[in-house]
Amino acid sequence: MANENLSVYDRICRTRKSGRATALDYINATITDFVELHGDRCFADDHAIVGGIGRLNGKPVTVIGIEKGRDLNERLLRNFGCVLPEGYRKALRLIKQAEKFHRPVICFVDTQGANCGKGAEERGQGQAIANNLYELTDVKTPIISVMIGEGGSGGALALAVADEVWMLENAYYSVITPESCASILFKDPKRAPEAAEHLKLTAADLNKMGIVEKVVEEPEDFSEEKETAHFMKKLADDLSKELKQLEKKPVDKLLDDRYEKYRKIGRYSEYSQAVGEVPGAAQLLGASQAPARKRRGLFGRG
Amino acid sequence: MTVKCNKCKEEINKEDLEKNYYICPLCGKLNRMPAKNRLQMLTEKFDVMFNDQEFTDPINFPSYKEKYESAREKSGETEGVVCGRGTIGGQDTCIFIMEPNFMMGSMGTVVGDRITALFEYATKHRLPVIGYTVSGGARMQEGALSLMQMAKVSAAAKRHSDAGLLYVVCTTDPTMGGATASFAMLGDIIISEPGAMIGFAGKRVVEQVTGEVLPDNFQSAEFQLKNGFIDDIVPRQEQKAYLANILAIHAETVSA
Repeated sequence: MANENLSVYDRICRTRKSGRATALDYINATITDFVELHGDRCFADDHAIVGGIGRLNGKPVTVIGIEKGRDLNERLLRNFGCVLPEGYRKALRLIKQAEKFHRPVICFVDTQGANCGKGAEERGQGQAIANNLYELTDVKTPIISVMIGEGGSGGALALAVADEVWMLENAYYSVITPESCASILFKDPKRAPEAAEHLKLTAADLNKMGIVEKVVEEPEDFSEEKETAHFMKKLADDLSKELKQLEKKPVDKLLDDRYEKYRKIGRYSEYSQAVGEVPGAAQLLGASQAPARKRRGLFGRG
Repeated sequence: MTVKCNKCKEEINKEDLEKNYYICPLCGKLNRMPAKNRLQMLTEKFDVMFNDQEFTDPINFPSYKEKYESAREKSGETEGVVCGRGTIGGQDTCIFIMEPNFMMGSMGTVVGDRITALFEYATKHRLPVIGYTVSGGARMQEGALSLMQMAKVSAAAKRHSDAGLLYVVCTTDPTMGGATASFAMLGDIIISEPGAMIGFAGKRVVEQVTGEVLPDNFQSAEFQLKNGFIDDIVPRQEQKAYLANILAIHAETVSA
């Protein structure tokens, strides 16, 4: 694996550097016959989200990316990859469309976080993210999300409730940026490198916790054309292979597995016992299965 | 014993404040209400469920244990949410109430798990869920595990909804971040309390990022009502009757 000796914060800085492949690079390299589709049908077209249809190794898919932009003009156009509520709503519209036409969905996620602004709040940033989580847990078609750079909290999760979440080895995925965490914890944003270590936000950490299914080895340098082309080809092949597996599952099983994948993260209560007389509680809680208080390993793997 | 009103900062008798639903008798503004007082206000009977988890520090986060222990002491609760089953106006329902004095209702794995378990229980027993939110968002001290609770609770709420069951949320001051971006915004009916702050990014953060000065009412319940994100603002004293009425109307449609 490349760059094994990088500190956690070095890795984060690396994901923020320009020159790293952005969502459009992934779409261009892995999807053929791509047709971009615009707008949320309610308010606007958010350029931080690029979405559409095309083919992955010949098979129709819906693809959605959070695009940061590759130069300054593009970055301004795309709000630096900070998605607005209308962007999340556009993404959900396209995902529901994929469900209708039985196309699987690939998401390329790369954002420091959801757009933080007056308009975003006025138009319900929280509601938009909530609705994506709610619907994605139950979309009746396979979804794979690939975290390709920054995974900034709820803004990233809104496109990463999926059957499989893959993560590039130097990508990060966190509940809070290390800088904000350091401001709260140490009253000093400069101590972000320390906060980054504490947050357990690397691909390897998240893989261990059962949040990420696969850590994707990445090229040493994305400007190396040959190496990057090889990486993209392999990624496309791996995605096709995984989709083929997921498509074999009956829809009910697909949805139950997706539910259980999140259900088991921090699961305590199946062994809890209701206090007081709650009719039927013992039955639901499976009190007979295991003694109270004993619980499965937190990450569902213990 | 006297306490200071959080709004007007005047000294008031603690008992008077409690008896008055934590509404300041002097300025009339709402103070934050502990979960157990809300339960007393809303329910005739209530049985606590899912409250026996022990403390875990899943990512060994600095000073988490100390914060957790002081939160337990300060709030008298075991975690940031109280879940259970009870009656409101005689109507049988599941209820979760978040606790402002427990790390400001922040959502870690236990909070996520309790609310998820409550939705699952309610789905199985065909009961509505009434939820009171107060939360600074996902709990930093449990890292991405906290973030995943947003997906987990949303999934359980979806299954409850798909079973044709009612979920009513009352968003109280403050409901922010990961709570707003998941279960607080997923109710069939969403109400709020006068003056409550409800939003995703905090107002100060938005001001810092955009350089804009935002109006006083930014993200208030009144702002959310005007922008179409909540159904109504219901004064605290009227909430029990309001919820009882909604539960009764839905009890008729379910049995019909």
